[in-house]
Parts: sequence; structure tokens; C-alpha cells
Amino acid sequence: MKIGILVNEGPFNHQASDSAYQFTKAAIEKGHQVLRVFFYYDGVNNANKLAEPQSDDRNVSKRWTELAKQHRIDLVVCIAAALRRGIKEDILADGFRISGLGQLIEIGIAADRTVVFGD
Amino acid sequence: MEDEFQGTLETEGVRKNFMFLNRKAPYGSIYAQEIQEMVLISAAFEQNTAVVFMDDGVYQIKKGQDTSATGMKNFSPTYGIFQMEKEDAEEDEDVDVVWHIVVEKESMEARGLTPEDFVIDVEVMDAAELQKLMAEQDVILTG
Repeated sequence: MKIGILVNEGPFNHQASDSAYQFTKAAIEKGHQVLRVFFYYDGVNNANKLAEPQSDDRNVSKRWTELAKQHRIDLVVCIAAALRRGIKEDILADGFRISGLGQLIEIGIAADRTVVFGD
Repeated sequence: MEDEFQGTLETEGVRKNFMFLNRKAPYGSIYAQEIQEMVLISAAFEQNTAVVFMDDGVYQIKKGQDTSATGMKNFSPTYGIFQMEKEDAEEDEDVDVVWHIVVEKESMEARGLTPEDFVIDVEVMDAAELQKLMAEQDVILTG
């Protein structure tokens, strides 16, 4: 199945960010195709490479970067939501790119299922 | 690897039903303001669009919003663009895009509101009717 993912919350304060990652990983392992992961609202904060969690905890942006490298997943951060929150190219983790909301609507059109992770 | 994904997904000739579900009050969080941008982009892609206001989301379209004492942007005039998009879609015979702007009856009544209190024209649906409309959707995006 072709799956699109929307991540609507930032890391740590909401489970949505962790659930989205675990779901994406599990979907790929089950043989599904993840067309794109789109980050909106506070979800854009998942792409901040400056975050430094404690060494015995998960590193949210790095984890996405590694998953994207391993499975060639398209990670897209909404430009309007990102700029509003100070997420710019120079602090963007590897594997993420910044683009417009049209990339989200494309997911809805092209995917068999659009799965939304929010609060 | 940024260069690997400059392309777009195949969307040509596909029209789906998109619902935008507004459940939160307008100014305590950014959901209401940012979902507006989603709706406008969806309209640009000529997708069927259902904008729904329920729970505290019904306050988003209440008339007479004044944010001057809060330092926040009053984005309620933008709902007028939704209504224009809906009217354009209905009037243009060459475009068969379907629009709904819906307020859930129970949420409206629980807050002492009537359709005259809103900045745009709305269809009032009860929970059972809304449930049917939801079941027809391909994509439901929330704010």
C-alpha cells in the first residue's frame, strides 16, 4: 500500500512525533511504500538538528535522518510553518527538505492512505 | 541526499474528498490559523473540500472578533475566501469540484450560537449527518 504520513506535533510534549516515527518504520518493514513524510504545525521542530537530547535518550531528528537514508524516504518540512518557528536550511537535519504545503496535498491525492499523527 | 527528492508525486486527473476538521478555539493555539493555509492549497489543487467546524472550533467563524488587546492576528476575514472559493466552484459549470462548509449542530447549540452568528454561510449538520459526510472522505486533516 502507498502510505503518506503527516506529523503535526513537535517532539517530547506529544506522543504524535514518536508514534509517527514508529509507524513509518513498521510500515516499511511490512513492505509498504511510504511516499512522503510531511511535517506541519509544531511538527516542523522534528527537523531541528541543533537539538541535543541526553545520550541515553532518543535523538528525534537523527532518527528520522537515519530512517530516510536507509529507505530513501522523502521528509518534507512545510516552509510557512518552519519559518514561523525559526526552522531554516542551516539548522535542518540531513534528509529533510523544506517545501510548500502543496507537497502535503499531493500525499493526500497520491497515497492510498494518509495517516495523520496529531494531538 | 536532498537532491534525490525534487520531484512531485503523480496527482494528474485525480480528485479526492478532503475534509478539514476544526475542533479548537481560534486563538489559544495555532491550529485554526495554520489549517486555513491547508484549505487554500487544497482548493488550488481542485480537490473536493469539506471544511467542518465542531466543538470549540465553531468559535473560529464567530462574527465580531477583536484581537487588538491580545497582540494576535485576527485571521477571521480569511474565512470569506473559503466562501468565495465555494461560490466560484458552484457557479463555474466547467468545474465540478464540490465544496461543503459545515457547522456541527450540537456544538453550535451547546454554545448558544446560531448560523446568523457566523462570518460565512454554513450548512448545519447534526452528528449523524456529519458522520455520513466523514465516511465519504478520502483524507481527513485536523487542526
